[in-house]
This record gives sequence, structure tokens and C-alpha cells, in this order.
Amino acid sequence: MAEIQSNEGDGKKKKGGSKQKKLSVHIDFTPMVDMNMLLITFFMLCTSLSKPQTMEINMPSNDKKITEQDRDKVKASEAITLVLTGGDSIFYYSGLPNYKDFNSLKISSYKSDGIRAFLLKRNTQAVYKINDLKEKKMQLKITQEQFTKQVSEIKNGKGTPVVIIKASDRATYKNLIDALDEMQICNIGKYVIDKITPGETFLIKNFRTKGELSRNAVK
Amino acid sequence: MSKVKVARKSTRIDMTAMSDVTVLLLTFFMLTSTFVRKEPVQVTTPGSVSEIKIPETNILSILIGPKGKVFMSMDKQGDMVETLTKVGKDYGLTFTSEELKKFKVLSAFGVPIKNMKAYLAMKAEEQDKVLASLGIPTDSVDNQFKDWVKNARATNPDFRIAIKADQNTPYKVIKNVMASLQDLRENRYNLITSLKNETANKK
Repeated sequence: MAEIQSNEGDGKKKKGGSKQKKLSVHIDFTPMVDMNMLLITFFMLCTSLSKPQTMEINMPSNDKKITEQDRDKVKASEAITLVLTGGDSIFYYSGLPNYKDFNSLKISSYKSDGIRAFLLKRNTQAVYKINDLKEKKMQLKITQEQFTKQVSEIKNGKGTPVVIIKASDRATYKNLIDALDEMQICNIGKYVIDKITPGETFLIKNFRTKGELSRNAVK
Repeated sequence: MSKVKVARKSTRIDMTAMSDVTVLLLTFFMLTSTFVRKEPVQVTTPGSVSEIKIPETNILSILIGPKGKVFMSMDKQGDMVETLTKVGKDYGLTFTSEELKKFKVLSAFGVPIKNMKAYLAMKAEEQDKVLASLGIPTDSVDNQFKDWVKNARATNPDFRIAIKADQNTPYKVIKNVMASLQDLRENRYNLITSLKNETANKK
């Protein structure tokens, strides 16, 4: 419908002189706009503007060099073992597992007053330091690079807990991500995902039956 | 009685400016767009506080549906063809150029290798229907997933592995996938999550 209006014939004929036709070129852009809008809508619906978030994890290699002894060594010092089961509950114990006392295993949840409170308490120093750093960064006292460097230093420093995450087959992927998330929130730099051992299954069963299994074992 | 004369105004609006704006917007969207890939199963990723963005190229994404079906996709068609040829060789299968061409345009794949030929012979609509119920076998007896990853890595050493799994996927499947990756010494990978706003309660 692009129309070109010409003013031909309009007005009075001038006496001689310029015989040039005056053409005022008016093109109707409405269809053009229509089409553009359609295309925009198409592109808007088909694009994924927000890129998905990711979490980077490093798994330990499968080398058999890391022996049980090494694992125990880590465990005995600063380790916290989280056992994820289905549902919203999460079991944890610190240090070496104590098979005799069912109370050594604690139960908690993914809520902020659950496992997070415990981990934050264990990691107080690092959390404080990192909060300090964050404040400094906000006041532009340190640059982003310095910040990331110092954060990773604090996270891997001495005295920070090592968390071992173990998930049972009944746990879902969400549970795992939630647990990994807690590591980020609580500024824990050293954590590992490991396979669940029969020992842990025993501990949970023992906990659920309030120590019946260990009593039976003693008998 | 005098009639009030309403001045006749032309209702024509100059659309040029409007058209300028739309063209501008259109250009913006065309340049920034990365198309959504069609996924064989609907996946809702769990939320996390992590804010790392995933790189755009060289991604080998592993898609795990809520029922534990595993699919894979790559962002470069050339790599897909090469990987399929290599995997085919491992299993003693050769694919015709016709089949390779069909495989190249798939947005995601996840078919047991013995069904691959039959699958590629299907029409696109039929493929969509059956794909969701297939998936790459990951059990320890018949771990074709491992071969896919191994050959993909051999094809393109710069691949980054990204795992995208549904939040209700049982951990058993994830464990299998992770163990397979561990066996291949693929110890660094990304887990795709969606954004969740939550920070540590200070103090």
C-alpha cells in the first residue's frame, strides 16, 4: 500500500517558468512496522537471553593411590561428613564415625537454621574474614582480582573444615545441588563428593532405630 | 443556526520513526539471539546461588531427565559427525553419508547405538516421539555413555562438559554418570543450575 502522493494537477498552473512536477514522497510505513513487529516477536520468543548458571566442580581422580588411611586421616582432623538421603533431612557427623553411639549422627535440614547454621559455626573465622573482604570491596579498597585471590586463600587456609558429601541412592539431584550450594554460602573451599559406604548406611539405620543395631552388635 | 465547523484533520501518522525503532530492536534481537535448543525431555534445573555463566562454545552437554534418561548434545555439527563415526567404529558400525547428514542436524541425541540406524531412518516427527523413551545406556554392563564421552573428547579436546539434570533425578543416575566421567579422568565439569537468590545470613 505504499502510496506515492503526487501533487500533480493540484493548485494553479503557474505561468510558464518551472515546469518541474513537485512530488512529495510519502510512503506509508505501517505495513513495514507490522512486519518488523512480527519479526521482533519471533526473535524475542525464540531466544534465550539469560544464560544458565553453572557450578564448577572438581572431582577427585579415580586413582587408587588415595588409600583408606589417607581418607581416615582427613576425617579425623577437620572433616564433616554429610549424608544426603531422600526427603528434606540430611545427616551429618564430624570426625570419624562412631558406630557405637547412635547420637554421634545428627539430623538436620536444608533450611537456613539447619545444616547451614552448623557449617557457618564451624567455619566462623573464614566467614568473618570473607565478610570483611566483601565490605572492603564494596568500598573499593581492593580490586576484584585481589578479592578473588584472597577469598580462595582464606577458603583453603588452615583450620577450615573439609566437607565430605555422600548421597544415598534415594537422594535427588536437587539435594546434591542444595548441599553444594551450602558449601558456597558457608564459604567452604574444601569439599568432595564421595560414595556412600556401608558404614554410613549402618549409622543411619542405627539412628532411626535409636541404637538398636549397635546394641544387638554388642550382644 | 450556525453549524460548528469541525476542522478536518488528517489522521495519518508518520510511521517512519516507529519503523526506525522496530528495525533497531529487530537488529538487536537478531544479533544477540542464541536459539533455544529443543530438548528431548523437559528439565527443570535446581536453583543455586552460583553466578558463574557457562561459556558459549565447545560445550558437551549431558542432559539427564527426571526418569534418569541420558541424552547428549554438542554445539558443533562437525564434531557430532566425527563422534558418531568414531563411536560407530567402536561398535563395528559404519554410517552412510545420508545417515550422517541426518545425525548432524539433531539437536540432541540419546539412542542405544544398535538402534541408531533405525532411528536415523525415521522421520523427524517420529524421532521426537520415540527419543524421550530411549536414552543412552549408562549401566555398568553396557556403558555406551562412556564411549560417547571418550570419542567426543578425542574429537574435540577443548570440550567442556556440562551436566544438566532435572531436580527430581534420582542420585543413582547422577552417580553413574559421574563415575563414568571419573573413569575417563574427566574431573572438571559444570553443573547447570538456575539462579536462586539467597545469601548467607550474616552472623
